[in-house]
Amino acid sequence: MVNAGKQLMTGLGVLLLISILAMSCYAMDVFPDEVEIDVLENLYEGVAFDHAMHVDATENCSVCHHHTTGTGVESEYCAKCHDGEKEMDSVSCQNCHSADPVSAENLHNPKPDYIYHDDKPNLKAAYHLNCIGCHKEVDGPTGCEDCHAKTEAGDKFYHSGEFAPKESAKGSGH
Amino acid sequence: MSKISRRKFLAGSVAGGAAVMMTPAQKSFAAGSFEGFPEGMGVLVDLTRCVGCRTCEAACNLEQKLPAPALPFDDTSVFDEIKHGQKRRTTDKAYTIVNRYEPKGADEPLYRKIQCNHCNEPACLTSCFVNAYKKTPEGAVIYNSKVCVGCRNCMIACPFHIPAYTYHSAINPVIKKCIFCYDTRLKEGKPPACVESCPQQVMTFGKRKDLMKIAHERIKKNPGKYVDHVYGEHEVGGTGWFYLSSAPFEEAGFDTSLPKEPIINNVKDFLAIVPMVLTIWPALFTGFHLLATKGKSHGHGDDHSHDEQEGH
Ligand code: SF4
Ligand code: SF4
Ligand code: SF4
Repeated sequence: MVNAGKQLMTGLGVLLLISILAMSCYAMDVFPDEVEIDVLENLYEGVAFDHAMHVDATENCSVCHHHTTGTGVESEYCAKCHDGEKEMDSVSCQNCHSADPVSAENLHNPKPDYIYHDDKPNLKAAYHLNCIGCHKEVDGPTGCEDCHAKTEAGDKFYHSGEFAPKESAKGSGH
Repeated sequence: MSKISRRKFLAGSVAGGAAVMMTPAQKSFAAGSFEGFPEGMGVLVDLTRCVGCRTCEAACNLEQKLPAPALPFDDTSVFDEIKHGQKRRTTDKAYTIVNRYEPKGADEPLYRKIQCNHCNEPACLTSCFVNAYKKTPEGAVIYNSKVCVGCRNCMIACPFHIPAYTYHSAINPVIKKCIFCYDTRLKEGKPPACVESCPQQVMTFGKRKDLMKIAHERIKKNPGKYVDHVYGEHEVGGTGWFYLSSAPFEEAGFDTSLPKEPIINNVKDFLAIVPMVLTIWPALFTGFHLLATKGKSHGHGDDHSHDEQEGH
């Protein structure tokens, strides 16, 4: 149990992609109440993910996590190598989902976990595929700005908001 | 870079024109059979993941320094645009676009990102009689706009209707299309801007042969989710960017009538219909050349050599 919390803390120190704002690491049900996700914070502001609410809603960690502290691995593909009964040390997304898996180095000389897990989504996609995939099923929010507030850099990038094309430009596209 | 001097080009097209005149079926100026690059990079595009956010379009616009769009990139009304009875297509100002499709019986729409597919044996390349196109060992199909004469053969030859034409420059009209971010990213081993920007990792970048295995693995692990076909594995001799879909490909606007063989044969057929053009072109350009070099002594054609080096 304590290991899981420790792993989370290590991830925080290394990549700073996710900062755990509040954690209760010592009880049986070890999980952070809120997770600040700011991997996209250039175009969008970080998301204060209400982890506690999602725990209440799903009641089972494995709805979102492959590895959990409470239940064994569920996928038949994981169970072939990973002991389905055993709890895992690595729980948080960024422990396994790298933000930049397509480094030249990794493409030509894959790290061991990319030899077996060769189709592992990057961190940004791991979040979005998981969140939007489920939200579609349960009628949760799926629009970009339902979860993220766009920054000024985002408006510039999308040519939206104050950077939106002027009305006169509209008819000019052939 | 292999560029050709204007004089070499003229000599080549004269020979080509003559060959076509006599034996249209044995076209001699094209690249002929091209083997592709086994270590070339590719992109696996999984339509089932796309949510139609158009972030990839914005990323391409920024990376390729394209003009500002007519509508913001987060405006989804573009999915309803129909021009000449067709959904949006790539243009000289948008090297990639995302379209929405409503497959029969599906309860949600399918989005499809369109850009150059970086064919193993590109029809644009084989149809180009000034050799403006090049397939790089990294897998990109790029072109040299200094050499392009704006003849638009490649527009007609491309089975995916990708190359677009700049109508805005009458002086130097050239073809424009997605270059796999070759100059700024691919040649350094980096993934293209659109691939990197996508929140859903609809596109996975890697060696084409590795990605093909992953594509088949995804189908095998999720037989109910995907149709059992990788579009682009064999179509027109194989493409560098290839696709997985949950609906039959024709329902997502793909042309499923394309042959497995490279399109070169069809190009030949097309060219055989208009040998006239090819026979008058050399004369035309010889005329231009004479005009351009009028008053200059023979054998003193070095005026082009500073930016058009000979050899390979
Ligand atoms: S998709 Fe069209 S433009 Fe792109 S490489 Fe193939 S033939 Fe050429
Ligand atoms: S690969 Fe580069 S040029 Fe091609 S569509 Fe993507 S961003 Fe645009
Ligand atoms: S960025 Fe990705 S999810 Fe968004 S439209 Fe493009 S391919 Fe689809």
